[in-house]
Amino acid sequence: MGNTITEKILMAHTDLKGIAPGQLINAHVDIALGNDITAPIAISEFRAAGGKKVFDKDKVALVLDHFTPNKDINSAQQCKTVREFAMEHGITHFFEGGQVGVEHALLPEKGIVLPGDLVIGADSHTCTYGALGAFATGVGSTDLAAAMLTGELWFKVPSSIKFVVYGKLAKWVSGKDLILNVIGRIGVDGALYQAMEFTGETISNLPMADRLSMANMAIEAGAKNGIFAPDAITEEYVKPRAKRPYKFYASDANAVYADIIEIDASKLEPQVAFPHLPSNVKGVSQAGNVKIDQSLIGSCTNGRIEDLRIAAQILKNRKAAPGVRLIVVPATPLIYKQAMQEGLLEIFMEAEAVISPPSCGACLGGHLGILAEGEKSVATTNRNFVGRMGHPKSEVYLASPAVAAASAVLGRIASPEDL
Amino acid sequence: MIFKGKVWKFGDNIDTDAIIPARYLNTSDPRELAKHCMEDADPGFVTKMKPGDIIVGGENFGCGSSREHAPIAIKAAGISCVVAKSFARIFYRNAFNMGLPIFESREFFDAIAEGREITLDSIRGIITLGGTDQKFPINPIPPFMEQLIADGGLMKHIAKK
Ligand code: SF4
Repeated sequence: MGNTITEKILMAHTDLKGIAPGQLINAHVDIALGNDITAPIAISEFRAAGGKKVFDKDKVALVLDHFTPNKDINSAQQCKTVREFAMEHGITHFFEGGQVGVEHALLPEKGIVLPGDLVIGADSHTCTYGALGAFATGVGSTDLAAAMLTGELWFKVPSSIKFVVYGKLAKWVSGKDLILNVIGRIGVDGALYQAMEFTGETISNLPMADRLSMANMAIEAGAKNGIFAPDAITEEYVKPRAKRPYKFYASDANAVYADIIEIDASKLEPQVAFPHLPSNVKGVSQAGNVKIDQSLIGSCTNGRIEDLRIAAQILKNRKAAPGVRLIVVPATPLIYKQAMQEGLLEIFMEAEAVISPPSCGACLGGHLGILAEGEKSVATTNRNFVGRMGHPKSEVYLASPAVAAASAVLGRIASPEDL
Repeated sequence: MIFKGKVWKFGDNIDTDAIIPARYLNTSDPRELAKHCMEDADPGFVTKMKPGDIIVGGENFGCGSSREHAPIAIKAAGISCVVAKSFARIFYRNAFNMGLPIFESREFFDAIAEGREITLDSIRGIITLGGTDQKFPINPIPPFMEQLIADGGLMKHIAKK
């Protein structure tokens, strides 16, 4: 019996000769990630356990991206805790200030996470790196503390669901729409404890930015990880960034899946997830007349340069509708710089957008774009839970950058086709 | 262990933003977090509940973010344990790693009404509805998890090794 790519990567990080879903294993970790919200708890756990040294200073990444630039005194204290720890241990991949970007955009961009890696992060969207053909999963702060101390962590080997996606995507339809559609089909617990493996002709042609958006939202279906078999597109993305060796894994032809789901993507239109679950998905043509107060383009899901290019293409020579606050968040400093060099920032400013520094900011209702009672925001982010971006009676509609940009112009949830 | 308390019942997909909204995550002080436990699911929750009470959830309890602040807020508020039809993966891990007792039971959810007293016997794997002899099974805890609890959480388990 063969193994899936997820099983193979997990097995390669143990001394085991065989592996099967359901098995509890202890595995080596290539990168352990924490941020300004989750690392402080991990650091105090690390210290409480008598931790003196991290297992490997090159394999820990600490990114101060959530409440930064520090939004208040408490956030500043949390960042200080992490900064001091990073200095004390000489952490190689420590990012703050003008170097910081949203962690899940930053780590792939910098070549810190690579194909074949086993990555854990005290952040649920750590699953993003599955786009590169890595096993990457979100854990809690105590798990991060354990990994920083020992370089190992316990895992239950997940069974896998294979998604076979075929058909050419229509104009304006992106990886974001594909993953929203998948979550709409299987529900927010449709892949609970499982791996989501994306394959098929549509996936083979899908650019890396779209794969990253898709893997990012695997957790929104309850999955442990999302994964794409690495290929030429992966190689092209990874090669100029990697500073250490990496390895491509692929599922065996006779690998066993818990389920196989086929999706004809050619019929898909841009998708929108209505409040308050990422699975509450409709085609944009079915959205009706939803007036919006804010449009947020950014986050670890859709704050990459490709996303900003699409938004700029739509916003060029147009303005945000009166009463709509348009917020654009380049996810990393490099993306910010590219957007500047390509003239995208000027287009956004002409469209009367606010351009935020790279930060999680409004995505989690932290700062830089909070909603008041009764307000509605379309957002290119990944969660639309109650209170996610502000007041418990505010609403978040998840969509692609194309839909968010078109909606900003029209003042209601809209497709670029409506312009 | 025996847990005895009043039930607070919630639905499916209670997410970590409902358990502890991100606006309060600029601290990890358990007492501060406890003040806002379940706030966006039931705004008055912490003023109504009493230490020892039990939270009951439907499917996928604790979905969403990896924030350990969620089980911390529940534990620090004085909730003795959480029973749900199913738990989201990271919440499940976190709860065991930091020592918040959680149990899965499917049939129990439909039978229980908010405000009822229950007794949960984790050794025998049985929930009894207060004032009746109605009993429901809880899913057995995997042996490794039992070991984690017995050792007092993941970090103590590692220290022991
Ligand atoms: S951008 Fe949003 S979803 Fe992504 S890491 Fe930041 S808060 Fe989490």
